[in-house]
Amino acid sequence: MVEHLQADGEEPCVTLDAFLDQSNATAVRLESDEDARALIPFLDRLKLIEVAFPKFRDGRGYSSARILREAGYSGELRAQGDVLVDQIGYLKRCGFDSFAPEKDLNPADVEAALTRWPEHYQGAADGAVPIWKLRHG
Amino acid sequence: MYKYDEYDQQMVDARVAEFADQVKRRLAGEITEDQFKPLRLMNGLYLQLHAYMLRVAVPYGTLDGRQMRMLAHIARKYDRDYGHFTTRQNIQYNWIKLEDAPAILADLASVEMHAIQTSGNCIRNISSDQWAGAAADELTDPRPWAELLRQWSSFHPEFSYLPRKFKIAVIAAEEDRAAMRLHDIGIQIVEKDGVHGAAFYVGGGMGRTPMIAPLIKDFVPLDDLLSYTEACLRVYNRYGRRDNIYKARIKILIHELGADEYRRQVEEEFAHVKSLGIDPPKAEFDRIAAQFAMPPLEASASDKVDRTDPDFAVWVDQNVAAHKVPGHAIVNISLKPLGGIPGDASSAQIDLMADLAERYSHDELRVTHAQNIVLPHVRKADLFAIWQALDAADLATPNLDLISDIIACPGLDYCSLANARSIPVAQKIAQRFADPARQRDLGELKLKISGCINACGHHHAGHIGILGVDRKGTENYQLLLGGSGAEDVSLGTITGPGFDEDGIVDAIERVTDKYLSERTDGERFVDTYRRVGMAPFKEAIYG
Repeated sequence: MVEHLQADGEEPCVTLDAFLDQSNATAVRLESDEDARALIPFLDRLKLIEVAFPKFRDGRGYSSARILREAGYSGELRAQGDVLVDQIGYLKRCGFDSFAPEKDLNPADVEAALTRWPEHYQGAADGAVPIWKLRHG
Repeated sequence: MYKYDEYDQQMVDARVAEFADQVKRRLAGEITEDQFKPLRLMNGLYLQLHAYMLRVAVPYGTLDGRQMRMLAHIARKYDRDYGHFTTRQNIQYNWIKLEDAPAILADLASVEMHAIQTSGNCIRNISSDQWAGAAADELTDPRPWAELLRQWSSFHPEFSYLPRKFKIAVIAAEEDRAAMRLHDIGIQIVEKDGVHGAAFYVGGGMGRTPMIAPLIKDFVPLDDLLSYTEACLRVYNRYGRRDNIYKARIKILIHELGADEYRRQVEEEFAHVKSLGIDPPKAEFDRIAAQFAMPPLEASASDKVDRTDPDFAVWVDQNVAAHKVPGHAIVNISLKPLGGIPGDASSAQIDLMADLAERYSHDELRVTHAQNIVLPHVRKADLFAIWQALDAADLATPNLDLISDIIACPGLDYCSLANARSIPVAQKIAQRFADPARQRDLGELKLKISGCINACGHHHAGHIGILGVDRKGTENYQLLLGGSGAEDVSLGTITGPGFDEDGIVDAIERVTDKYLSERTDGERFVDTYRRVGMAPFKEAIYG
């Protein structure tokens, strides 16, 4: 079993296979090629789901995040790996609320990226009201 | 046509600011070229053989005079006084400096234009029928749906890092003028029991593995258009191949899964996605559609055209198409003059076309996937004046859909992917068939040239297609026959061994000679090919 140690005091994430086998873990790591829907029966007791971004170009994690949020997951959803400032805005819109980038991000750049867009065209998993709804009240 | 409101403008302005910041960080060395590449690509900026190339979006090919004039301004100020209209109904500039790119995007934003998602592994500019809103044969104007899709797909948070690029076309006529089934998603607005809906064809494309999109759903209610599209994309984003760039397009996924299994997965996803409330209400569609209302055309305009001038009469017969309102016509401006570069236009020519649109076409122009320009709403009484102005600017070549109306990619003259030059081959073919009477005798003959296997010049879909390859360090050209990007969609077949630059021109002439000797009354080249097959042509070419 591979464990990915996080911050001090945090329960380590187990792999999806290990999670599905054992079951009392509350933190799981989802690789980019794993099916987020496998976790849906267990969302109530999960506190942390870490989604892997092995390369920033690998966009499967965006769909994984939305699927988990759409299924009602309300715990921590973390993007881990090749997470760069220019993807942060999209990641947040898809439901990620924490980030574990391999390389540190400049906080000012992150702030700029997250406040760049006042509104959004489409609904996603961040609760933003889409522009079409703003237009029609 | 569609006008930005404060929200649309604010989105484009934010993007300009974002990209200016990204360029600044790149020039300062804070981000690597590898990290910068996808960012510049999503703003239409490619690194080509000699310089950066900027691709500007022309959503569904529609623009007004002010926007067209801005395209001329950019060519004049930042490039070498010309632009290149593309098979994606966009325009490209070939000699751009990276440090100028933010200023160009700011200039574009001032006229409600942008280069957003004209490149990169995201949903690209939505394409459509260049005669939309004017064509006598359309069910409805497809552009309001295309605009709805444009907004939905712009900065889509889930679909900006897809396995590969993603192209969507929307049409609403039986005659397919947009190569709809050669797109990742081709949508045709259709009618069933008096109600409009969308037929979804998914998984078409050209490139090194050409495929015709299978029908995935024959009738999607229009209230579900975005949900259904989102479901199609989500299945692709999750399961499209990411291990091999050449197998990453959705066509490969659908080919490997089979259309039935892909459909099953989309339907399952759709059942879920539909519950998310992502489809805007009808009021939003109505708001958009109102902006595409037919301009106030004179209902009593005369159908009479004075054909005294023989050159004018030839141009009318070849380049002018039927409009849905009597007394009016659709003017097709050929960007394929003899000896020219297909799709290129100078700043002065672009300005002139803007003038003509403002004066005669209710301030509207279109870019076509065949790299020509359209004035969609013209009074027949004005045709002669338009022709005279076009003729004086070398824009009145009467060759629409004839053998010299060639689609060609930029090829090895510009492109870093190309194996062979396309432009000189196009020019030599046009020279060989320079006699206009000979071209008209050959009739509709769509000739398309790509300078490499990526097929930007649509060679698979040409009645006659040419593919440039590199053979042991020399340029070699393969010949294909029998393709079509229209409603009779088909993929061309390679004739046999390839040719050098002059040899390919000779081979084409042998093919057209064979057609002339084989054809029966009313048969186009491609009809004869389909009837008699490859063998007689092969015999004519190789002996």
